[in-house]
Amino acid sequence: MSVVEREKLLEVKNLKKYFPAGKKGVLKAVDDVSFDIYKGETLGLVGESGCGKSTTGRTIIRLYDATDGEVSYEGVDVHDKKSRSELKKFNRKMQMIFQDPYASLNPRMTVKDIIAEGIDIHGLAKTKKDRDNRVYELLETVGLNKEHANRYPHEFSGGQRQRIGIARALAVDPDFIIADEPISALDVSIQAQVVNLMMELQKERGLTYLFIAHDLSMVKHISDRVGVMYLGNIVELTSSDELYEEPLHPYTQALLSAIPVPDPELERSRERIILEGDVPSPINPPSGCRFRTRCPHAMDVCAAVKPKWQEAREGHWVACHLYDEEAVKQNN
Amino acid sequence: MEKLLELENLHVSFQTYGGEVKAVRGVSFKLDKGESLAIVGESGSGKSVTSKAIMRLLPNKIGSIKEGQIRFQGKDLAKATEREMEKIRGAEISMIFQDPMTSLNPTMTIGKQIMEGLRKHQNMSKSEAKERSINLLKLVGIPNPELRVEEYPHQFSGGMRQRVVIAIALACNPKVLIADEPTTALDVTIQAQILDLMRDLQDKTGTAIVLITHDLGVVANLAQRVAVMYGGVIVETGTVDEIFYKPKHPYTWGLLASMPKLNAESKELLAIPGTPPDLMNPPKGCPFAARCPYAMEVCMDHMPDVTDVSSSHKAACWLLDERAPKVEPPEAAVVGGAR
Repeated sequence: MSVVEREKLLEVKNLKKYFPAGKKGVLKAVDDVSFDIYKGETLGLVGESGCGKSTTGRTIIRLYDATDGEVSYEGVDVHDKKSRSELKKFNRKMQMIFQDPYASLNPRMTVKDIIAEGIDIHGLAKTKKDRDNRVYELLETVGLNKEHANRYPHEFSGGQRQRIGIARALAVDPDFIIADEPISALDVSIQAQVVNLMMELQKERGLTYLFIAHDLSMVKHISDRVGVMYLGNIVELTSSDELYEEPLHPYTQALLSAIPVPDPELERSRERIILEGDVPSPINPPSGCRFRTRCPHAMDVCAAVKPKWQEAREGHWVACHLYDEEAVKQNN
Repeated sequence: MEKLLELENLHVSFQTYGGEVKAVRGVSFKLDKGESLAIVGESGSGKSVTSKAIMRLLPNKIGSIKEGQIRFQGKDLAKATEREMEKIRGAEISMIFQDPMTSLNPTMTIGKQIMEGLRKHQNMSKSEAKERSINLLKLVGIPNPELRVEEYPHQFSGGMRQRVVIAIALACNPKVLIADEPTTALDVTIQAQILDLMRDLQDKTGTAIVLITHDLGVVANLAQRVAVMYGGVIVETGTVDEIFYKPKHPYTWGLLASMPKLNAESKELLAIPGTPPDLMNPPKGCPFAARCPYAMEVCMDHMPDVTDVSSSHKAACWLLDERAPKVEPPEAAVVGGAR
């Protein structure tokens, strides 16, 4: 993909999403996150549980209202107050695939009605026959068949249900799909089926994906660029190859070294960076850099100053004082 | 090596409204003293049911051992009474469960839960048991054990709870530790901590481990031997190097090929088409035949025999029959490149 001519599809600027926690507490699930998504690419978002990756996805599609910040889709602010009809138009372009295929399909609706819900809302089918045909086509696109249309979700396996979820997302012909851990509830051999399907669909339809997951090897496989989140912040963002070959942020380095590789000889010889302790609470996060409490390279400056989000190399963004000459000098 | 646990032709079934589900259909394996064996398979392959059968923790009314033996130190656990099992569970064979959020009692302090087994099996006095609990918490890497022993599970994070579960399992120095997906519910950085801890503890205590998992990365990290399960049977077993570098069964190939490799440039994942068999009506022949790209006519009707590939490596596949065509594993299934 050429760097110069890429067209921005989605711009996220200083996005914040806070939840009330207890009487006075505030849980800062997403705290000042900015990134762009270009047309036709897959941006992966990785991080451990509680880092805010799902909240970011859900806030972008307006399942949550943002506390602060801006999300613009093709230049239009998503979180602006809009009339219902304007929102509807916008919803057609952006769809979501959810994590749990057992909980995200209504058990009392047939597969046909689940998939056609979007078609009905947006009035995309003129006749009943047209509606049926669209559903059949979608079923075939995702590798199921016509006969499945009148069945109920419980009659399907996890992988098949996730295919139904994908068909539902595709029904309104969107440009942009947010996939929130679409494969983590599935078995390994089925995961590969669903990922291959998503990649094929992207090629055929020119879709743009935001792929949220905690499985770094799968994210690397599907994504063009990857952002790493920790405790509500993005700490590093670059092309997926560069992230895996030359991770800059100490958290990314630890995360990569923690993944067990299916290669016994490599596993025996590998040096691991094992992080001490647990992720701190997002209700009262550490000052300065949020990773400093577990960082093997933490300096004094890390507690005092929040690291700048800077381009350390071309196209490689990182928020860490180690790559900020001024901060290192100050520290010495 | 001394044989510790030996399963022979184990069959386990569940009675459901729809009929009998044959979850485990003839599983045999051996576990030596101090060794670590991984049982790998997808959901529904029968790996967890096998481990629950060893502990005799199958749901009372619907699940039962139909056939076969579970020999532990010369005794057949398949026929043991509940009272005999009570003496074995926790003392000789103990278990770590998948979800540390639900496997601890929320109304009891951590200390009480560790002491439970010690008081029952080793007749320790209260103060002895408490001292041992504190030592165990130290052993599994929990800071300030003297204080934390008085705390409740909700005061611990997920990774810390799993450490507590491990401490409980190891309390009475069991000979076998069954770990059923011990790190699946944990984040990767915490998983790395727990795997490190388990390896370290095995070195120190010499406990044999049966690791049940679907994650081949975890297997490569922790196991010495591997058994691959599919459709209620073991389709291939061997040392960890044999399974990863010289796999013989097409299902093992498929598993290895469907994992994305971090270090390699991979274009398309080799997915295994279709879904696992329905064990209400298990196929007559090889359970993998319906999804196997190399399936022959014989595979559909006859269960393949177990073939010895080497003294430690066995596989059940008709491709290993001398009359079968020679088939090479797909490129994507080759681990570690030229090795």
